[in-house]
Parts: sequence; structure tokens; C-alpha cells
Amino acid sequence: MKLAKSYFADERKDDLKELGKGLQRSDVPGHVTGKTSYFADRTFPGMLYLKMVRSPHDHARIRSVDLSEAEKHPGVHRILTHKDIPHNLYTILILIQVGPEDEHVLAEDKVRWKGEAVVAVLADSERAANEAAAKVKIDYEVLPSVLDIESALAPGAPVVNEHHGQNFYMYDSGASRKVRFGDVEKGFAEADHILEQTYWSSPIEQAPMETTGCIVAPEGNDRFTCYTNTQAMFFTLDNTSIILQMPGHKLHMVGGTVGGGFGGKVDVTVEPIAILAAKLTGRPVSFIYSRHEEMQISSPRAAEKIVLKDGVMKDGRIVARQVWGYTDAGAYSRHSPYGAQKGAAHYPGPYTIPNVWVDTFCVYTNRTPSSAMRGFGVTIADFALEVQMDKLARLIGMDPLEFRFVNAYRDGDMKAHRQETTGAALIECMQEASRVANWPVAEKYLKMSSYKES
Amino acid sequence: MAKVPVQFTLNGEEKAEFVDSGATLIKVLRDKLGDTSPKGGCNQGTCGSCSVIIDGELKLSCLTLAETCNGVEILTNGGLAKDGVLHPLQRSFIDEFAAQCGFCTSGMIMAAKALLDRNPNPSREDVVDALSGNICRCTGYEPIIRAVLTAARSNSQNAA
Amino acid sequence: MPLALKTCSTIAEAGAALKDGGARYIGGGTLVVRAANEGDVSLSTYVRSTDPVLSAIKVEAGRATLGASVTMSSIARHPDLSAIAGAAKAVGGPAIRNMATVGGNLFAPAPYGDFAVALLALDATVHTTTGDFGIEDFLAGRDGKVVASVSFDVPSAEKFRFAKISRTKPKGVSVLSIGAVLEPDANGKVKSARIALGCMADRPIRARAAEKALAGATLREEDVAPAVAAVGEGVQPITDAIASAWYRAEVLPVHFRRLLLE
Repeated sequence: MKLAKSYFADERKDDLKELGKGLQRSDVPGHVTGKTSYFADRTFPGMLYLKMVRSPHDHARIRSVDLSEAEKHPGVHRILTHKDIPHNLYTILILIQVGPEDEHVLAEDKVRWKGEAVVAVLADSERAANEAAAKVKIDYEVLPSVLDIESALAPGAPVVNEHHGQNFYMYDSGASRKVRFGDVEKGFAEADHILEQTYWSSPIEQAPMETTGCIVAPEGNDRFTCYTNTQAMFFTLDNTSIILQMPGHKLHMVGGTVGGGFGGKVDVTVEPIAILAAKLTGRPVSFIYSRHEEMQISSPRAAEKIVLKDGVMKDGRIVARQVWGYTDAGAYSRHSPYGAQKGAAHYPGPYTIPNVWVDTFCVYTNRTPSSAMRGFGVTIADFALEVQMDKLARLIGMDPLEFRFVNAYRDGDMKAHRQETTGAALIECMQEASRVANWPVAEKYLKMSSYKES
Repeated sequence: MAKVPVQFTLNGEEKAEFVDSGATLIKVLRDKLGDTSPKGGCNQGTCGSCSVIIDGELKLSCLTLAETCNGVEILTNGGLAKDGVLHPLQRSFIDEFAAQCGFCTSGMIMAAKALLDRNPNPSREDVVDALSGNICRCTGYEPIIRAVLTAARSNSQNAA
Repeated sequence: MPLALKTCSTIAEAGAALKDGGARYIGGGTLVVRAANEGDVSLSTYVRSTDPVLSAIKVEAGRATLGASVTMSSIARHPDLSAIAGAAKAVGGPAIRNMATVGGNLFAPAPYGDFAVALLALDATVHTTTGDFGIEDFLAGRDGKVVASVSFDVPSAEKFRFAKISRTKPKGVSVLSIGAVLEPDANGKVKSARIALGCMADRPIRARAAEKALAGATLREEDVAPAVAAVGEGVQPITDAIASAWYRAEVLPVHFRRLLLE
């Protein structure tokens, strides 16, 4: 690897000494000797296993729950229902005033996705917990469901969550997060070509090698130690404190090593119920997702639908860009209103376009609630944007790399969401890419700069 | 629950335990014997994180019943380093950045060891085949393949 | 109730133990222990047999007999079975192959059971505690049977072909698998063929229309076309997380054609 020190040479000091050197990872000796400690690398005498009973339906009303047979099953200590939960509302981002309290920890009168947690069986072996779970009798009234963005937004669609009243999140700005910059209609009218395309993505599962889970040990003084693989330790601590109405100093979260997260372990779905179980039984509790739960139940990256409409000139300038971005939050909000918001700030991409109109929507469907995954809220947007850029270049007969040079943002340009561009380096990256990939571009593009007059 | 006696050698040490009937080997290794190096990534036999070597053969401890292990010799990654001296595979995994989250690592090293014990001079294709039962979500596999080939080369250099 | 393991010294004993409700025969455990791990509470007793006849491999006068407990890796490395080693190597990854057995593969539901597909192409005989069965008959009525061994004539390498199609390689669950034994006549044309398909029904099946169409044909592209067109006749492929029935039916002729022309 070589350091291209000529770039931005007049913008920074040349005092970087560590780059380009191999450096042993501090954790890898533990990994290769099997000494690294993951949350599940412990057991406690008398530990109970939590088996979650989950909805088999996409959308249903719960008519009744009969635990009588299950509770009698040998080895069962307790079965938790929503009635056991001090504050049965789950909102991952409540602490930063983002996201509605539209989800329960354990379902009360309705289930809104296949896999939603209803009751938690606690038994002294996994086998006993599984057997008892099979004896839990829940009477469901199946309701119509919507399983994709378009069905959810169609007129007359069944409402996923009465908390919202419609199948999209209502921001303070209305049904979408908005960016309004310049006059797109004027831009489209002046453009030589218009291109409108729709892009789709499916939910993507992070699929870490280690499944989500925690093991909780009561300390005997109303304090609980929770060994967890959460990626979001303070989310976990604070949300658990609110859900269980316990002061933070009663909760000792131990984490650190995560067997792969990729955004899939930020949802705080196991710790509150496991700690409550430890509190109510007085026993250590293990709640670890099976591989099936990890793949099907844990939150994936949201499915998205993105419509891009561009007005482009023959000479390569994009003069107007309009974006409709739809995020499939699944049945509940979790991080998705924030993800859709991130998308709004991310469009129209690293390009300076004089007229921009963006609406991003957080849509509810009866699917597994989605959440973060690498590049949360922006990765799929980039897929759509860059494919669109290639299509636009083809449309006007221009080289796709040169097309991006023409539109690249530079320091001082005003972005559509009214932040001035600073520290841009797209042009320099593309120049290097042109060289390294042996994809030649016209000389004038090799002379461009993100921050110098050229 | 009925308890069944099981006796086997683990990383050269004699072990004897009373285990729950029907218990899988991974549970006995991790919860009873304190060897947490085999990892329960799937409990289905599809990910390879639980790989161990039993009587010289690579096996999946999540699908092996502990009671079928009487009298066998079991090797795990946790017992591979002797007196603090790393096995060449462990050394090469460090040097080649072949681990990130580390969860698949013990299984990978076992699969690699099973290969090198049989075939000390594997081709790249041999390595890929030997690791085909082990999933990694972090490294993209290339550093792991490189690490196994590096360990094989260093073994043959030392033997020469 | 907790799980239990019953180890029987003879296969007859194992057969008797299987009469208990909740009892299931375990070979390598790749499917049965998996089911218990995943919460199948209908299974309460694992039954296995250590009868030595089960782990024997015999190849005599061109005929092979494999005990039901013989593993895929033992087959793959046996010097007299190299002609069919590819089919054994297609099962799972290295650790699975050290555990997965012939017997287990015969009972494995689609999309598993790739080696059973090969055995069907080989027209194997299945020796059970309640008599010997041609493999096609056996597959049509597997329930309750206890397998001691399978036997088949070992083909020469050129006569046996096998392909396993999976989304991930080198190890992955089957989209489909195809086993073929092609007998040539004196002129190098196909005298007779046995074609076995996996994942095309609830059990491995023979592609009889394709077999008929191959009789008298060379293995040139134009000549195999009728067989390729007929290979999907009567199939009812499964739909699962790996592939839909539609997809399996679409790609079957493609992979069959490639197998014939290789």
C-alpha cells in the first residue's frame, strides 16, 4: 500500500506515522487460542433457559392465552406475560427523543408480525422450555396483513399499528422527511432529458456467526449482572432501566466482545426480558437466540423502494433531482424513522445539483421490524443513486466516470439540505480510481480539484 | 433428569463426568468442562464454529452426543497451544489478520489442523475444500486461506 | 421428558427399540440431533446400533456392499470406490462427511439425500431387517424400515456421472442433484441409461422418459436434445428456502444437458 501524500498536501500536516504499517490486532491472540470471552462462555448453577413463544401469524388479535398446561410442565419455573412488565413499551431511541413508543416488549392484545414475542417460558433446561412452550395455548383471530411497501400504502390497506393510524410514520414535518432546494419543476422543464427509475431492495439479514443473547446473574442485592453481546451498551442499560423501572445503578452490563454485529445487535430485545426473568425467579437466566431466531426474528436491514427522477443536460450536468424514498420499517418503528431521515440528508448523493426535492417515508408493514445494518439508511440509497448515475451517463452517451466528475461536489458548494460542502474528496478519489483501474478519463478531469480553483 | 457417565481424553487430559442423557458434546465441553473454545453458532451443523477433532477426524460437537464419546480422544482449539507456545496455525492466523470477531476462529483452526495433519502440503483448492464447512461473516475468507497456506509453508520449512 | 440414547449391539435390537413412540434411529446425527437441537420435542429417544456389520465396506467381484453406518468420507477415500467418490464428496462439508452415513442419507428428506440419488442411479439393493428391496421400492416405503446395508455393482468411472447443484460452493444444500449410469454399446452410443434426480419429488426419482430418449443416442449435443427435453417429465420439485419448484424445474434440463456433454 502506498500513501498518496500529494493529495491535499497544502491542507494538512504530513505527520501521519502509523498508516501503512502492519499492526497486530490486540484481540486476535485471544481469538486464536479460544480465550476471548463471549457472553455465553459462562454458566451458573441453577440457570434457567428462556424460550420465547412467538406469533405464528403476520397479523392477529390475541383472544386468549392459556398457560395452565405449560405452567405445570416439569422443569418450568415461571412464564412471563405482558402483565409482568413494569413499563411494557419498547422504544429504542426514546432517550434521544426519536421514535414513538409503538411497540410492546411482550404483546398485549395484538401481534403485528410473524415472530412477535408473546410469552416467555422459563425452565431449568432448554428441552423442558421447548416442551412447555409447545403447551402454551394462544387463541388468535387472524387479521388481514400487508407484506410490502406498495400494499401498505395502497388506499384501504389494513392498518398495521393503530398507534400511528396509518401505515407511515408522521414526522413533525408531515408524512415524510423533506428536502426542498431550488425549483425542480423549472429544472425538469429546462432539461434535455428526463429519466425516472424505481429501485427495490429486499430485507438483508446481518447473520453474525454469534447469535443475539444474554446471560443474567442476580447479585443477591437487587442488582443484576447482564452478560450481553449488544452493540449498544448504553441503549441496553437505559432502555432496560425504563422498561423495568429500575434505577441504572442496579444494572451491571458486561459486554465488549461481539461475535459479529453489523448493526444486528443494536435493538435491545433480549436483555430487558431476561433481567426481569432473573428478578422474578431469583435465578440466573440465559436467553440466546437460536439460529432460526437470528435469521428470521432479529431485525434485518430494511427493504426499500426508491424512485429517482432526474433532469440532465446534454453536456452532463444534472439540473434537477427528485427522490421518493420508502423504508420498510416492518411492524414497528425501532430505528427506522431515523433511518429514513438519514436517507433524506444523504440524497442527492455527493453531487452538486441546483434543484433538489426529496421525500423519505418510514412505512409500516406486517414484517419483521427492520433496523440497522452497515451504512444504515444510506447504503441502499447509494446503490440506487449510483446505478442511476450510470444510466444517465449511458442516456447521454457520456463515460460514466467522466459524468461523475462533471457533477461531483466540491468545497464551498451548497448541499441540498443547506450545509456547505467542506472536506470533499470525491474528485481526488475518482482520479486515483481512474489511474488504478486503468479507466482513462479526459485530461481536464485529472486536473480538477475538490478545493482549489480549477 | 437421568445422568450418564462419560469418559474421554480432552486435549491430552483424562476427563470423567456425569452428563444429562442426550446431551450434545458441545454442551459438555463448554458447560461442564469449561472449554468454551467450540462455539455454538447454529446448533444445526451448518456453520462449523463448534468443530472439534475426535480420534483424528474433524467432527461437529453440536451434533455429537456426549454419550457416544466414551474412550475417544478429543482435541479442541482451546487446548492447541502448549505451555503458552502457539500452534503454527494460531501464529499464522494472527499474522495474516485471519480473525476479526473471532467467533468462527476456533472452528476454522480445527478444520485447518485436520487438513494439515492429513495433507501437509495442500493446494489452495485443498484449503478451500477443507474450510468449506466453516462459515465466516467478517473476513471474507481470503485472510484465513492465506493463513492456512502460510502455516503449511512454515511447517514444511521447519521440517526441511 | 428428557432425551435418552439407547445403544443396541445388534441391528435387530435397534429395530425393536424403534417401536417406542418418540424413538428415532440415529446414524451420524446430522439430521436427527439437529432436529432435537432445533426444538423437535416429538423425538425423545435416540436409537443407535454398534453392530459391526453396519460399518463394513466390502468390494468383491465388482459388487460393493456398504454398511448403513459407513460414512461419506470412508466412501470417498476407499480405493475401490473411486468411481463414485464424487457423489460421497458432494454431501456437506468435511466434518459432515465424517459423520453422515449411508443409512442416514437414504432417509434424508429433500433437499438432502444426495448420496441416495447416486444409489438410485446405481440401482442399489437395500438390505433391511425386514427383507431386501430394490432401492426404488425402498424409497417409496421407507417408514419403519431399518437398513443394514446397501449393495450395488461398482460402475467403471466413465459410466458414472454425478452433479450436485447448489447456490454456494463448494459446500451447499442442493438445488438439485443428478446421478447417471450410462452403458455404452459397441459403437459408443448409449445402450441404456439410469438417470436419478434429487429434489424433484419427495424422494429421489428416476427420469424414465429421459432414459428412454437416450437409448441409441450418442452424447453429442444434437443427439441428447430429446432426452434433455424429456428429463422434467413427471417431476414435482420441492419449494424451500433454497429454491422454488419453478426454479428447480427450469434449471433441471440445463444441468442435465451439461452433465451429458461434459
